[in-house]
Amino acid sequence: MADADTQREAVRAAAENVADRLEDEKEYLTDLDSAIGDADHGANMSRGFRAAADAVADADDAEPSDLVKQVGTTLISEVGGASGPLYGGSIMSASQTFAEDGITAETSVDFAEAYLDKVKDRGDARIGAKTMVDALTPAVHTYKKSIEQDDLPPLEALGKAVDAAERGVEFTVPIRAEKGRASYLGWRSVGHQDPGATSTLYIMEELLATAEEYLEGDVERDATAVEQPDEDPSDVAEDGAADDDEGGE
Amino acid sequence: MIGLVIVSHSATAAEGICEVAAEMGGDAPIEPAGGDDGEIGTSAPAIEDAIEAADDGDGVVVLVDLGSAVMNADLAVEMSDADAEIADAPILEGAVNAAVEATSAKATLDSVVERAEEARDYRKLS
Repeated sequence: MADADTQREAVRAAAENVADRLEDEKEYLTDLDSAIGDADHGANMSRGFRAAADAVADADDAEPSDLVKQVGTTLISEVGGASGPLYGGSIMSASQTFAEDGITAETSVDFAEAYLDKVKDRGDARIGAKTMVDALTPAVHTYKKSIEQDDLPPLEALGKAVDAAERGVEFTVPIRAEKGRASYLGWRSVGHQDPGATSTLYIMEELLATAEEYLEGDVERDATAVEQPDEDPSDVAEDGAADDDEGGE
Repeated sequence: MIGLVIVSHSATAAEGICEVAAEMGGDAPIEPAGGDDGEIGTSAPAIEDAIEAADDGDGVVVLVDLGSAVMNADLAVEMSDADAEIADAPILEGAVNAAVEATSAKATLDSVVERAEEARDYRKLS
């Protein structure tokens, strides 16, 4: 992405778009969370991202990495429960990847990986535990592969990542929760879609929408022409499980 | 002196556990970090504040209850400038053990964590 002004504007727009989307989806997320959690995910996420969008709205000369960091720190103080440290803490530490070169295709891959690592580390969750990791892992792997191996433009890579996240969300429905409050329900958690994976998908969809706005002209993207990513969440489970064995209960 | 922070979803529980631990802890600074804005929950900034309050330069051991308490404490430790560590221990028994160890002249951050974690093996009925 171009100059620092454009990057700042894009970060502010992304925060605004995510806040609006989570406001729209507040009740749906809360419904999902009331089935297997404590029914506050929609309200927490909506309140947190609204505050984050407001916090960065007027920043005219901050470094893009500092703006991203500001989003994270605001989420930490505004979002309760586990979502504060998971979303906010991970954004905050991953923002470091933008410190030197700003937001580029390369640094965005680093950001995505750092974010995923932090979420997995903090939440001690692996693929198949019915958490946001199920949506995030295939999305980040797909994004990295699309940029680094397939040499796709960022917008197309992000489109593929969103598709992968969507499949990851569907993957959470039939499985049994191993982490968080849902894990106390045991088999009764089966059949319910994970709220954290769902909000992760919404955030990614809004990042894609924002990128479409800011990268327009850089690349043509036809949503229907995007191929399905060949990465299946259940495939990722293999390597995910290997380094996360200690992550169990 | 090593300080202690007690993190619980309930402010009342955190304060109560501090009260029990302080009985054994002499002068050791013991700070509660309970609840989130007056409700059940935990908050990383509140835990960070408690860590700063409990730290006199020697370090702080953090005792936690469930789920998000662990994650928020983890984040608070990361954000804090103090030398702080979470003990993997039952919160009340661990706090009492840690408070006793903190009164020892030879106490270190490691020794207090270790004593707190010994509480994992306690049986209530034998």
